[in-house]
Amino acid sequence: MSILVNKETRLIVQGITGREGQFHTEQMVAYGTNVVAGVTPGKGGEWVDKIPVFDTVHGAVEATGANATVIYVPARFAADAIYEAADAGVPLIVCITEGIPILDMIQVRAFLDQKGVRLIGPNCPGLLTPGEAKVGIMPGNIAIPGTVGVVSRSGTLTYEVIDALTRAGIGQSTAVGIGGDPIKGTDFIDVLKLFEDDPLTEQIVLIGEIGGTDEEAAARYIAENITKPVVAFIAGRTAPPGKRMGHAGAIVEGGQGTAEEKIKALESVGVKVAEHPEQIPDLLKA
Amino acid sequence: MKLHEYQSKFRFAEFGIPIPRGKIATTPEEAFQIAKEIGGPTVVKAQVLVGGRGKAGGVKLARTPEEAEQHAASILGMNIKGLTVKKVLIDPAADIRTEIYLGVTTDRTERRTVVMASSEGGMDIEEVAAKSPDKIAKVWVHPFLGLRDYQARDIANAIGLPREHWREFIQIAKGLYDAYVQSDATLAEINPLVITGEGSLLAVDGKMVLDDNALFRHPQLAEMRDTDEEAPAETRARNAGLSFVKLNGEIGCMVNGAGLAMTTMDMIKLFGGEPANFLDIGGGAQADKVATAMQIILDDPNVKAVLINIFGGITRADEVARGVVEAIEKVKPNVPFVARLVGTNEAEGREILNQANMITATSLAEAAKLAVEAAQSAS
Repeated sequence: MSILVNKETRLIVQGITGREGQFHTEQMVAYGTNVVAGVTPGKGGEWVDKIPVFDTVHGAVEATGANATVIYVPARFAADAIYEAADAGVPLIVCITEGIPILDMIQVRAFLDQKGVRLIGPNCPGLLTPGEAKVGIMPGNIAIPGTVGVVSRSGTLTYEVIDALTRAGIGQSTAVGIGGDPIKGTDFIDVLKLFEDDPLTEQIVLIGEIGGTDEEAAARYIAENITKPVVAFIAGRTAPPGKRMGHAGAIVEGGQGTAEEKIKALESVGVKVAEHPEQIPDLLKA
Repeated sequence: MKLHEYQSKFRFAEFGIPIPRGKIATTPEEAFQIAKEIGGPTVVKAQVLVGGRGKAGGVKLARTPEEAEQHAASILGMNIKGLTVKKVLIDPAADIRTEIYLGVTTDRTERRTVVMASSEGGMDIEEVAAKSPDKIAKVWVHPFLGLRDYQARDIANAIGLPREHWREFIQIAKGLYDAYVQSDATLAEINPLVITGEGSLLAVDGKMVLDDNALFRHPQLAEMRDTDEEAPAETRARNAGLSFVKLNGEIGCMVNGAGLAMTTMDMIKLFGGEPANFLDIGGGAQADKVATAMQIILDDPNVKAVLINIFGGITRADEVARGVVEAIEKVKPNVPFVARLVGTNEAEGREILNQANMITATSLAEAAKLAVEAAQSAS
């Protein structure tokens, strides 16, 4: 078992004919992901390797029965791509694109909440269920199947943690990159709930960073709803206030969103917080 | 991207918000002329992109055009928190009876735009939020409905604004919300919004911060960027597509990915050093981008060692190593480099770096320790 993606996932790639889309489609197929269709408006009828390209998401879903989509289109078209997927009823939308305007994301979130579909991201590395499927841009070769669920706001930092787990012989059930934007489709608590309900996940690793109060909300949720052990790491202890640290959402504003506050909140509910990523395997074993 | 007070207020005026009819001066003579045109007392206000200019002496009342000229002469060129004042705004002095606060921003927790008002105008809203949160009234705006009249009325009522001002207040609140949305702002603030002696409302001070990711929709606003707010290295990095923040330590950092870059800084600190910067070179790590990043780091005279931390992922580590070596040949640095490369073909990558006389590490902890040691022995 796993969460969100597995062998049954039938994936569409929106933006499949672009450079990123094409490259990562190859990577996903090589990993064993069942990519059933691509979508690029104006290129319907073409093929990318052995994958048929459609003009619209509706058309792709109708022809292939797809149940998930991954979006690699540029930021200024990405919100529209999400709306199109939601309108076509795709239940799982993963948006890799970075740089979507925040007001667009507020509208997207309001629309999706009505539609009842799930968005992962944007500005995220996607999902990986080791040995089954990957959706997005995570390097599959660093992961091994196992029982630790990983949820993170980051990209390469997530790889770093997965790599450390694998080197310590600890496999992962699913890794979920929820993204570095201030407004996103799925938050920590949504993924914590999924891991809690997943019989194969035994422990959870939560990787947070400065900005916002999602980690504090996660801590409250863990105290009330999560029975599985959680180990956390928070990046940005040395980040100065008022400066955006790469991710749109990684900023300490008005004294809110500091690493100290997040660590304190998590530790107060019994979550072990690592000082650096390489300590995480030891904390899981302890 | 931050806008100056005058830019913010002029933008607000486009949405029907009443502002003082002031003008910008870059010389004392201009200040004199503007004050003369205005007639009557004026306020000379430094235009810098930091808070606390009032306390720093950057805002002064002038009774005559001569006084405005003198104040402009002393304020222009003044250094406020590291920024030099190049422009002053000359506004007619307002007859202030009551000061209130009105602001629009993103509420990350509610995933909505929030409109806030407070009877404690003129104070920093974060201070009010900390000391007396009950004095702040908030309404959350549905993105498909916009700010409704009743919502603006609700906050007017909640802050105890006298009824005779409600109609005007609603117009201003809706104007501010529209200015916010149509500028793709992340903050639009009138502080203070005042009730004048004539009994009307006036936006005496204003502030806007725009969403950098949405500037493509607003070329005319993008042109207003004042690069003075950034360290020159930050401007250079932004133009090169790098994400960079200058810090005050001695160990330069070059990392792919924002989360990993922050972690690398944190680990330097954990092992007794101080990071000189945050730098995310993004994916791929091509030689020219690496070279630009390296140059930006080495231009900082505080830097005594550089730590490169690249998690290869899909990018092959040997390719990254070649990019780093190529960049080193171009830049010819004279400080020690510690590199950690992980990912596909990492052994080959490390070998390439070893041959280029770089200190290499396998774990992040080891890399951070080596970089701290290298910086200490270099100083």
